[in-house]
Amino acid sequence: MVPVPMSPVPMSPVRVIACGSVDDGKSTLIGRLLHDAGAVSVDHLAALGPDPDLSLLVDGLAAEREQGVTIDVAWRAFDLGERRFILADAPGHEQYTRNMATAASTADAAVVLIDARKGVLTQSRRHTRILALMGVRRLLLTVNKMDLAGWSQEVFEAVAADYRAFAADLGLDDVTPIPISALTGAGVTRRIPAMAWHDGPTLSQWLAQTPAPSPTDGPFRLPVQIVLRDGEARAFAGRVAGGAIRPGDPLRVLPSGAEAAVASIDGPDAATARAGQSVSLTLDRPIEVSRGDWLVSPDAPPAVADQFEAHLVWMSDQPLLPGRTYDLKIGTATVPARVMEIRHRVDPDSGEALAARTLALNEIGLVTLSLDAAVPFEPYAASRELGGFILIDRMTSATAGAGMIRFALRRATSIRPQPLSVSRADRAARKGQTPLVLWFTGLSGAGKSTIADWVEQRLLERGFHSALLDGDNVRGGLNRDLGFTDADRVENIRRVAEVARLMTDAGLIVLVAFISPFRAEREMARALMEPGEFLEVHIDVPLTVAEARDVKGLYARARAGQLANFTGVDSPYEPPQAPDLRIDTTACSPDQAADLVMELVLRTQRPG
Amino acid sequence: MGRDDILDWLEAEAIHILRETVAGTERPVMLFSGGKDSAVMLHLARKAFHPAPPPFPLLHVDTMWKFEALYAFRDAAAAAAGLPLIVHRNPEAQAAGINPFSHGGAVHTDLWKTQGLKQALDAGRFDAAFGGARRDEEKSRAKERIVSVRTAAHGWDPRDQRPELWSLYNTRLSQGQTLRVFPLSNWTELDVWRYVLREGVAVPDLYLAADRPVIERDGVLLLAEDARLRLLPGETPVVRRVRYRTLGCWPLTSAVDSRADTLQDVVAEIAAATASERHGRAIDHDPAASMERKKREGYF
Repeated sequence: MVPVPMSPVPMSPVRVIACGSVDDGKSTLIGRLLHDAGAVSVDHLAALGPDPDLSLLVDGLAAEREQGVTIDVAWRAFDLGERRFILADAPGHEQYTRNMATAASTADAAVVLIDARKGVLTQSRRHTRILALMGVRRLLLTVNKMDLAGWSQEVFEAVAADYRAFAADLGLDDVTPIPISALTGAGVTRRIPAMAWHDGPTLSQWLAQTPAPSPTDGPFRLPVQIVLRDGEARAFAGRVAGGAIRPGDPLRVLPSGAEAAVASIDGPDAATARAGQSVSLTLDRPIEVSRGDWLVSPDAPPAVADQFEAHLVWMSDQPLLPGRTYDLKIGTATVPARVMEIRHRVDPDSGEALAARTLALNEIGLVTLSLDAAVPFEPYAASRELGGFILIDRMTSATAGAGMIRFALRRATSIRPQPLSVSRADRAARKGQTPLVLWFTGLSGAGKSTIADWVEQRLLERGFHSALLDGDNVRGGLNRDLGFTDADRVENIRRVAEVARLMTDAGLIVLVAFISPFRAEREMARALMEPGEFLEVHIDVPLTVAEARDVKGLYARARAGQLANFTGVDSPYEPPQAPDLRIDTTACSPDQAADLVMELVLRTQRPG
Repeated sequence: MGRDDILDWLEAEAIHILRETVAGTERPVMLFSGGKDSAVMLHLARKAFHPAPPPFPLLHVDTMWKFEALYAFRDAAAAAAGLPLIVHRNPEAQAAGINPFSHGGAVHTDLWKTQGLKQALDAGRFDAAFGGARRDEEKSRAKERIVSVRTAAHGWDPRDQRPELWSLYNTRLSQGQTLRVFPLSNWTELDVWRYVLREGVAVPDLYLAADRPVIERDGVLLLAEDARLRLLPGETPVVRRVRYRTLGCWPLTSAVDSRADTLQDVVAEIAAATASERHGRAIDHDPAASMERKKREGYF
């Protein structure tokens, strides 16, 4: 065989997102680009028939081909010259905002499609707002379907001016408008005489001019993924997120603050580890490092905090509930976290700030978050990899939201717990009891308050110190500002759980009788207490029985539509999966039920 | 500081994915067929956990109709990596004597590969399986996440995939869910060959051109080495200089005429190729959306 000169290996990729409204011709444009870049094989093209519809090259799912719309992001790699491009094809429908945010999260540049005849639509504004939010700064505005607009320079100029003005308002000033026809290929990879008036680049020229992301300059950052052990030796492995380091250089571990020097580097180059590389490092002395920690340059360490202000894109069918605990993953650390406050929701079409108590699927908000442990971070504007995070639903494990850190809240560093001389153990010892929370959960009318009341009488008789927090009573005072939406129910439980915890600090046995319909909040309450000091008692009756009892007449009102968000009627109840005690009140009297609870209580108390 | 080329970048990304999955799951396993993609994936895994061996076993879902040379290569590669190799053959398919000649490619693939894979994952209680699939192979693969969730029944729901932002992979699982993880998602066929060449990754000789006995049947060049091949009237094996671009079950995989008998030649041939890689795989030419349908049913 005749030796063939080896074609050069392309450089590391430029990542590009393509976005456009429905019917703007995005799939056709991408099909055209792939075809003209030589990235489409002859058999795939032949499968499309004699007069191929190039959009069919990219819509990969059966439902997409049936409905003629893009449902999910597709990633395509192609080379132009010596450069690799990874193109994310993002859906245009507003209900797929989460997929567009996903595609934009890694994009270095964006191709925005607009139909020349329709101009800048609401959806175009929404897409551009998401691009700005996700940190995509370099934009190509492709004014498409110029063949249907008579190749008119006037039409093109009008759309371009309109869009530029809008983008400038969002701080996006790197916008290049070009006229194209994806269908005919004009302006994509070739010029045509009918648009000789256009002296800007073609789409492929613009792509070729897009600068590759420079290896992150700045101080060294390595979020540790995993600790590798080889006998006694330990190596700390991860992908370098910023800067460079050599053997002998000093390092600091965050959040602990311990310091050591690099002993050796295992990776592409033993002499240096730099941004973008996956490496493992050994250190010159044995210090504690685990997954989630960062190894950083001690000259310029990042901030460490446990409260943030951040933009949040909500991606779950289950709305965001402030106060509910989610797992927050940032870098390689995963920490329980809660949204404390939704400062406002952002209208994606107008950019207007709107009041909100929850965020629904595809909504964007500015929120404050509180984490159970402090983590190192960079603001998102400085580093997408180190300032972006996801929130994971702890029940379904779904990725429920994606956030971009703006800054740490100063509160995180200015509040220091005050050391106290009398301990919770001292207080409990003086009362001669072990503090405890008895958490009664169940439908309205199940018998929670009645049984709790009987139990408290028994406790009093035996000389125990107790307190009873009853749902209706607390709602009349501490929680009288709360209603019955899901968000308010979560806050209702968060407050009563905190109060119960303070009471256990005082040494009390606390009885909580709340419907507490959501598993996540009961788990949150359990996590607040000391191990073994939280007992979940499920007062279990079928809905039909509770409804037949209807002591307070509430079911009747709910069924009549006079009472909204009533548990069991139009608001869900999630029964405990493994309660410490389950009591079926259709099968026992309050007296017998109280006996069962007392048995449980006495097992936790020291004899005497 | 020099800029990385695409191979450096892809290697760093794949190692990051491998480590992230191992850190976030309980019982990972790596699917290993002995083909070029799984050979590259194993090579990356050895780098990711060096100096220790990768902390997971290899799993081959066998169909009994793979190329003979592939079996030998598979065993040698697993031994060289110092990793346990689990070989699973669907006992029901074995009992029923399922084969591509009598039952057709679709039934053969479903019973041996799709059902076999589900059985093997359940039996090993694996919660994550690494696979060497790439997004450039097929349209529905281009839509799949790098860390892809499967239901308790191993089904893929393309309309309900977890958003995957930045390089934050969500490996958390709820009851019964498992993961398929694709460290080579962003690689192209040509990237794989360039990497094999650069790193000296061992691959089966079937990828290199040699004189081999073949018969031509329905436009497909079948290797005439296995005693189970029944020649039809008029069929006589002829020796042709051929190689394989992809290695499936031999009755379902076409050889291609080629003079590329070195890795350099293979890279040059792929760089100039106009036909797709899976062109020679009969399995993909089932009814429209076949790959997507197979994946929904639990195929890799």
